[in-house]
Amino acid sequence: MSAKSQICSIWLGSETGILKGVSLTKKQAFNFCEMSCLSRDQEVCVMAWGDPHESEVLVGSVNGTVKTFSTDKGIFTATRECGDPSQGRFTGLAVTDSSMITCVESGLLKVWKEGSTETVEINVGNGICRMQQNPSQRHRVATGGKENPLKVWDLERPDKPIFTAKNVAHDWLDMRVPVWVRDIGFIPDSDKIVTCTGHHQVRVYDPSTPQRRPVLEARFGEYPLTALSLPASQGTVVVGNTHGELAILDLRKGLVRGCLKGLAGAVRGLQCHPSLPLVASCGLDRFLRVHSLEDRSLQHKVYLKSRLNCVLLSSRDLESSSADVSGDVEEVKAEEDEVWDTMETVTEKTKKRAAQKDEATVTEVDGKKKRKLVKK
Amino acid sequence: MDSNEATTSESVSKKKGKTKKVKRKVKSDEAPVQEMEQAEGEETEKKSESGPCFPPTFSVSEIKNKQRRHSMFLKLKEEKRKAPPKEVPKTIENQRIYDETTVNPEDEEVAFDEGTDEFSAYFNRLTNPKVLITTSDRPRGRTVRFCEQLATVIPHAHVYYRRGLALKRVIPQCVSRGFTYLMVINEDRKVPNGLVLCHLPDGPTAHFKVSNVRLRKEMKRRGKDPTEHVPEVILNNFTTRLGHSIGRMFAALFPHDPQFVGRQVATFHNQRDFIFFRFHRYIFKNEKKVGIQELGPRFTLKLRSLQKGTFDSKFGEYEWVHKRHEMDSSRRKFHL
Repeated sequence: MSAKSQICSIWLGSETGILKGVSLTKKQAFNFCEMSCLSRDQEVCVMAWGDPHESEVLVGSVNGTVKTFSTDKGIFTATRECGDPSQGRFTGLAVTDSSMITCVESGLLKVWKEGSTETVEINVGNGICRMQQNPSQRHRVATGGKENPLKVWDLERPDKPIFTAKNVAHDWLDMRVPVWVRDIGFIPDSDKIVTCTGHHQVRVYDPSTPQRRPVLEARFGEYPLTALSLPASQGTVVVGNTHGELAILDLRKGLVRGCLKGLAGAVRGLQCHPSLPLVASCGLDRFLRVHSLEDRSLQHKVYLKSRLNCVLLSSRDLESSSADVSGDVEEVKAEEDEVWDTMETVTEKTKKRAAQKDEATVTEVDGKKKRKLVKK
Repeated sequence: MDSNEATTSESVSKKKGKTKKVKRKVKSDEAPVQEMEQAEGEETEKKSESGPCFPPTFSVSEIKNKQRRHSMFLKLKEEKRKAPPKEVPKTIENQRIYDETTVNPEDEEVAFDEGTDEFSAYFNRLTNPKVLITTSDRPRGRTVRFCEQLATVIPHAHVYYRRGLALKRVIPQCVSRGFTYLMVINEDRKVPNGLVLCHLPDGPTAHFKVSNVRLRKEMKRRGKDPTEHVPEVILNNFTTRLGHSIGRMFAALFPHDPQFVGRQVATFHNQRDFIFFRFHRYIFKNEKKVGIQELGPRFTLKLRSLQKGTFDSKFGEYEWVHKRHEMDSSRRKFHL
């Protein structure tokens, strides 16, 4: 079990409650589930890394439990009751140093401290669809949902959000534009936040400016956008909608750079690799697909028999395979170097001989000497 | 060179052996020894194929030795009499690209998935099917008659006139009245061309394209009208995971226990992603012979999309959408 979990580089949560690990190098998928007692109320809603070293996966289920899975040992190590199903499903799970943040659909955002049972509670409003943590400033979270605009909360000052977005101006019929934030992303190295909405809009907000309305608005397709992810390269965002269309949008102009083909069902989970230009997508068509962002081609496709809800990429995705290969290459190179080292000593002698010859030819014709120098 | 060849062939022919070997050795005298060994190997394997083994100018009449010529001739005749093995023709179904989502009957995960999905209430015998059939707004004659005939084929089916109501408002009313299925026949230019099948409590919605509708009047050699007996259901060739979901959807339309007294059977046959619906009455003449007569309407369906949840084409999440340019690029790839 531990051997299987250690080679897995992509983790997925399914509707049947099974945690799946996929190893792209070995082209295998493994199911990690507790015994055979599966039930639909253990359906995985959210997943997050438990620690920066990515050795623990936190899995949040519909019945309100958050389970900790250790990738080294390959078993679930802890279970924690973090709410009950009456408040809705988990919409966000995050970890700061020594505490865990959970958010449910009814708007109850709780910070669970390690060891103690006291929690800090914030009511972020009803109908939350997503809660996301700022990866660089871990005490800041953003929430948004249906008729619930984007709000950025600082957990050290939980009474009021530090930023509330304002709705855009009325449209050309002078009617209020409905709000439905489906997914949120923090742009690295800046204060900006990207959101995708159920009304097929992608908006960029900048809390550092006094403007509370979006800085950029882009539209894609005709169907609700369900998932969003920011790749390692700046200036682009990958979004997916309920029709199975994945698109790369440019955040400078708001144009569609290209579409990633292949999906047949709604996109439920989307994540870009932290360093490589890859994006993993999973959805209702029961497949995991890994696309390359540079040429938009499909790199891997894995059939996993249940509908998939969320995906987590480890930072060492395909690098592990290349590490093995590079290891071999290094070994071969080392051997070759040894061979060349032994050779060099021989060539030094020839150089000496050549030098001696040169000295000998100094007295000879100049042209010949020049040729010999060129040959060296 | 010629004289040399003649002498070698003569010298070899004196030896006892097959005449085939004579020719082989003539060739091999010019070629290295390895080829001769290979040729002998080939010859022992390909005994029946005398044609391609020989140089093209060979014919039986060139053998000078009468007895050997005669035996060769008899052998040739024998081979021609034997029929070549019948080749299996390549069909598109034979050449179908293997679909990795094909369900393995022993798969536990898929069994659990199917055991707890939206149809589990029906398959665990907790609910009985009750179907509401309606059309798009203002249907014309053909569609109306099609709906009436469908209502006779599907037990516990009720036809209601649409009256321009929004489906999203119809669905909660159906749920409160205990319906399990909502079937909407879409009409275009006086001909039914679409079918939306929505499983009611919170189930998936399938959208089909309907073609080749034949009403009872237009069917040749048909039997009398179907009776009220519950028919048996046959679902053919739904092999992939998506096919399983659709097959279960069709199965849940009909009540559980078929009344064999009625001798009626409804067939949903999937071939190349087209689903053919037929309704027959059968009679066993004796143990081995069956007579069937086709009753009832006949139509063809093609799945366009499968949406999770009840009908919500704008905001619903699709489990499968037919994308023509991506999925129809290969003639041998099918999804159901």
